[in-house]
Amino acid sequence: MTDHEFGFATRTVHAGSRPDPATGARALPIYQTTSYVFENTESAAAYFNLQEYGNTYSRIMNPTVAAFEERVANLDGGAGAVAFASGLAAQSAALFTLLRPGDHVIASSALYGGTITQLKHFLGKLSVGLSFVDPDDIEAWRSEINGDTKLLFAETIGNPGGNVLDIESVAELAHAHDCPLMIDNTFATPFLCRPLEWGADIVVYSATKFLGGHGTSLGGVVVDSGEFNWSNGRFPVVADPSPAYHGLSFHETFGVYGYLTKLRAETLRDLGAAISPFNAFLLGQGIETLPLRMRQHVANAMTVAEFLHEHPGVDRVSYPGLPDSPYHELADKYLPDGSGAVFCFDLPGGREHGLRFIESLSLFSHLANVGDAKSLVIHPASTTHRQLNDNELAAAGISPGTVRLSIGIEDAGDLIWDLSEGLNALRDVS
Amino acid sequence: MIDNPYQNQDVIRNALNAKRIALVGLSANELRASSFVGRYLLFHGYDVVPVNPNEESILGRKSYPSLSDIPEKVDIVDVFRHPSAVPAIAEEAKAVGANCLWLQFGVISEEGAELASKGGLDVVMDRCLKVEHARYLGRMHWLGFNTGRITARRA
Repeated sequence: MTDHEFGFATRTVHAGSRPDPATGARALPIYQTTSYVFENTESAAAYFNLQEYGNTYSRIMNPTVAAFEERVANLDGGAGAVAFASGLAAQSAALFTLLRPGDHVIASSALYGGTITQLKHFLGKLSVGLSFVDPDDIEAWRSEINGDTKLLFAETIGNPGGNVLDIESVAELAHAHDCPLMIDNTFATPFLCRPLEWGADIVVYSATKFLGGHGTSLGGVVVDSGEFNWSNGRFPVVADPSPAYHGLSFHETFGVYGYLTKLRAETLRDLGAAISPFNAFLLGQGIETLPLRMRQHVANAMTVAEFLHEHPGVDRVSYPGLPDSPYHELADKYLPDGSGAVFCFDLPGGREHGLRFIESLSLFSHLANVGDAKSLVIHPASTTHRQLNDNELAAAGISPGTVRLSIGIEDAGDLIWDLSEGLNALRDVS
Repeated sequence: MIDNPYQNQDVIRNALNAKRIALVGLSANELRASSFVGRYLLFHGYDVVPVNPNEESILGRKSYPSLSDIPEKVDIVDVFRHPSAVPAIAEEAKAVGANCLWLQFGVISEEGAELASKGGLDVVMDRCLKVEHARYLGRMHWLGFNTGRITARRA
């Protein structure tokens, strides 16, 4: 057998899922089991001591879940991945593994509302300091760095403002200060952007969205490059002998697999937010069609964005793929195959028009999710970003008349028909 | 990975057929990486021979002061020492007729690798023997690690 680099589409179908050695099953078997019989007492001890790769209990590992994890890690070019019950669970665990009280995090202000809340309140309860910055301003990132800063965090494509992050510059800044950069790549997926290739260290996903692609299953995943030097003296929580694992020094002992091993063997074990094998099966199956779906998602998104951009009843369309987007140049660099399929536009009539528009649609589903094969719509100011005050809303690029779309894989003409009906309904009443 | 002449997939897979592996610099401290590797290799049936002049025995196996003190033929010389120690170990590995010089993660010595390679040994550098076994023959995929393995053939 000679060395061969398989292409992305081949890996979406095959990575992590080899024929089942026990049965020959070609589809990924769903190992619906809580626990695993040990070969003997020696094996059992070796598994718990992390001396041998073995299954002990499905809160910590499961073969179906592992196939999904390996698939995502492979597509992103990471050392490995750990899956969780949801995107926010994955993010909590990724943060919890590397932070301790007194640390400081710098995050983009243009993030999913649930993430802003998580960073502000969850990290606050753990006595972790936090600064939100304008993600487009590298000097803003730089000026917030202090001696306690342990992490920089942003989204590839901001939710819902459509900011495209200059990943390479922010990664360079992070590394100059011995910090890792964590990127939420949910909107881009590894098909459109692979942040590790631009210098990011850790990538998190809500797999619930485009990875799964069908709106059936919650799940999240953390991918680690394995390249960050946790033994640089600033991360004793990762590098020092762990009292929670009989004195094991995860980074020294497991090297590039150190952070991932700690994330699984300690954080997943202790937080307990394990994904179900059935969800991992569905999400893994979703990934098999990721390239096909994403091509249709971004083509439809571009068509719909252009339609709205031309429409006299629409104020502003924040799709990075549009030529007049302030993020067009960054999108060309980081998202050459398309700028995702979630974006916002503003209705000049404010909140009332936003709500009336949504009520007039019949093909777009009004719900709080994105990244479904079906097209979705929501009014962020009254739903997903409801916990944010006016300043935070503005910093996230949201006005009272902002409507967020998640463009599906239907026929673009039908989506435009539905949006036209909604816009016409506003004209009739104003 | 493919560009590094000392990380060739065929060489790595072939090395895994070894029977006897000398672990040069194996620590008696069970929390050190070398101990994890040694224990793993024992678990998978390899004849593990510790080489550490400071210990009588490690992992229940007799420890030898040097490679040339080992009475049996060694297939792989697996090195956990500082890179500066590698050229001398490479010479010794040649002298005892080993088939492969394996340098663990971070044990990077172009000089040592070249010495061994010119002496007819297979050389693997900056790779972990445990990880490569787990990747191709073991169960690394059970814990969500990226093995890079794509195949439709039944194991």
